[in-house]
Amino acid sequence: MTSPDPGAAPVAAARNTAALDRYRMMRRIRSFEERVGEMFLRGESAGSMLHLSIGEEGVVGVTDAMVEGDSFTTHHRGHGVFLARGADPARMLAEIGGREIGYCRGKGGSMHIADRELGHLGANAIVGGGIPHVVGAGLSYRNHGTGQVSVAFFGDGAMQQGVLYEAMNMAALWRLPVVFCCINNQYGMGTRIDRASASVDFAARAGAFGLAGASADGADVEAVHAAAQDIFAGARAGRPGFIEVSAYRFHGHARMDKSPYRTAEEEAEGRRRDPVANARARLEAEGLADADALDRLDAEAAAEMDRALDAAVQATMPPLPSMFEDVYAPETPTPEPLRRRLARILNA
Amino acid sequence: MTETTYREALRAALEDAMATDPTILLIGEEVGLYGGAYGVTKGLLDRFGPERVIDAPISEPAIVGAAVGAAMTGSRPVAELMYVDFAGLVMDQLGNQAAKSRYMFGGQIAVPMVLRTQGGTGRSAAAQHSQSLEGWFLHTPGLRLAMPATVNDAYHLLRAALVQPDPVVFIEHKGLYTMKGPLDRDRPDADWGRALVRRPGRDLTIVTYSRMLHESLAAAEALAGQGIEAEVVDLRCLNPLDEAVPVASVRRTGRAMVVSEGVMTGGVAAELSARLQELCFDQLEEPILRIAGEDIPIPVSPDLERAAIPSAGLIAEAGLHLMRREVAEWAR
Repeated sequence: MTSPDPGAAPVAAARNTAALDRYRMMRRIRSFEERVGEMFLRGESAGSMLHLSIGEEGVVGVTDAMVEGDSFTTHHRGHGVFLARGADPARMLAEIGGREIGYCRGKGGSMHIADRELGHLGANAIVGGGIPHVVGAGLSYRNHGTGQVSVAFFGDGAMQQGVLYEAMNMAALWRLPVVFCCINNQYGMGTRIDRASASVDFAARAGAFGLAGASADGADVEAVHAAAQDIFAGARAGRPGFIEVSAYRFHGHARMDKSPYRTAEEEAEGRRRDPVANARARLEAEGLADADALDRLDAEAAAEMDRALDAAVQATMPPLPSMFEDVYAPETPTPEPLRRRLARILNA
Repeated sequence: MTETTYREALRAALEDAMATDPTILLIGEEVGLYGGAYGVTKGLLDRFGPERVIDAPISEPAIVGAAVGAAMTGSRPVAELMYVDFAGLVMDQLGNQAAKSRYMFGGQIAVPMVLRTQGGTGRSAAAQHSQSLEGWFLHTPGLRLAMPATVNDAYHLLRAALVQPDPVVFIEHKGLYTMKGPLDRDRPDADWGRALVRRPGRDLTIVTYSRMLHESLAAAEALAGQGIEAEVVDLRCLNPLDEAVPVASVRRTGRAMVVSEGVMTGGVAAELSARLQELCFDQLEEPILRIAGEDIPIPVSPDLERAAIPSAGLIAEAGLHLMRREVAEWAR
């Protein structure tokens, strides 16, 4: 393709580098989630309430539209989003295993991971629970003129929660720098979206609240990214938006779920919509990377996550007294342990 | 020292705090143009502008949720819940989000917000606008809870709530807004979190808070006429709960009742009497009495409403019983 614009070639090169970076991130997420599954099978995870985002890696198109300083909340299936915003996989796996070096010192786990430094205001295990927090973050950013955007990531299950619409209305009413991102993987636990909602045109719902709305095919990360850039440009200028990333949840709801509510045929069809495989095929087809280079990249991601899992598994569990810390701010007395109170009563 | 109302003291606390701390913002239904359903935020929109005094749509979960997010990102929000009865709408944002964020996230993320609300009976507002739900918040680790009974406490406890590093539920009483009393902006009655002996006495202890302080003081006055000296303890803050002051009092008097407007079963009075029993067992001369709301929804008809909560008369009668005196006519 020829162009009269002399800047076009460097711009194209940068876009190509970014596409490769997005592929690398998606591959890292895939490898990470596979290690979470392995950690569970080895009995090293804290419990089985582990929700894998395999199949949803196209959300990297959205996280790549965020910049340093932007904040976000996620849901119970938020590992991929956090990793894409710069999380250390070893500390994530440590948290998932309830280890002391985990992001939350072994207090939160997979469903309540957060990191203030990276703008992660918290993963939430109440469907829709973290959504209104971005409205408040948007108020802070608007009032303090910081230029930051706050993003709520949630699943299609939350599209049926009332608090989402309260939050959408407020964001639109007050013109806040906020983005709502629905990762529509078709299932709320075992209920397919057409059994939960008569209308599945979610972008239109957002539009009804005065938000800019977009829907992107999550199997095509570049399409997601293009749509997200528009939504984020608007949000940064005080025009809040909504973006739906369609996907298929490759695995069951959590680790104990064998998906008896859907057929093997449906799963096979859904897994053909694989954002990671698609991105790799495209990089090869467009000549941006060859198969050897991509194999090396895949192997690096796998090795990185192996090392992360080793580090997490070897990490120590938190000491028992830490259970009383962080109920309140450190300057206030910690709650009195029951045994100490009993001694006080019986020795009185 | 000035004489003012409970309502004006609360308004002054918000105004003084907002003038000092530019990160404070108010968010709630009718807090701006209308001036607050009970007039507490009157004039603040004019002084501080619509970016800091935010009239919200009728969306209580998102009002509290927005306050949580604002608190996480450098603001100090005061969310107003018009009636504590609406707590049912917001218990996820309050109990699962505000209260637990610091803990779940390993101490990284604080939620320094205040939820201002009001409760209690006295206006024939019926079952969904008259409750005393403080027990719900007491049952939730991570929350702070303050319930001022005096004009000076209305000012100083709210100022103190606005510098707490943790989420505070601040429950005013709708029956106290027009009450007058002394306000000394430079001198709190006591520190945040400390209970106070409001009237000393040697014979029995009445532990109470919020509007029931005034019924208890009236009862103590009536008992004094019969030669019984009741000590009245105002808890002021229910979380952190200052056990030391009521325990010291009951160990001295050996007789105690806990007076609360909330329903008796599973409530604040139950919690307090359990603690007093544990820590004062050897000194107790009589069972600890719970003088609390009847276990019914609040009825609208004025006589029924009054009878649903403790009165000075009932508290005084309970005092006579604790002292084994004759009660002319019980349970009128």
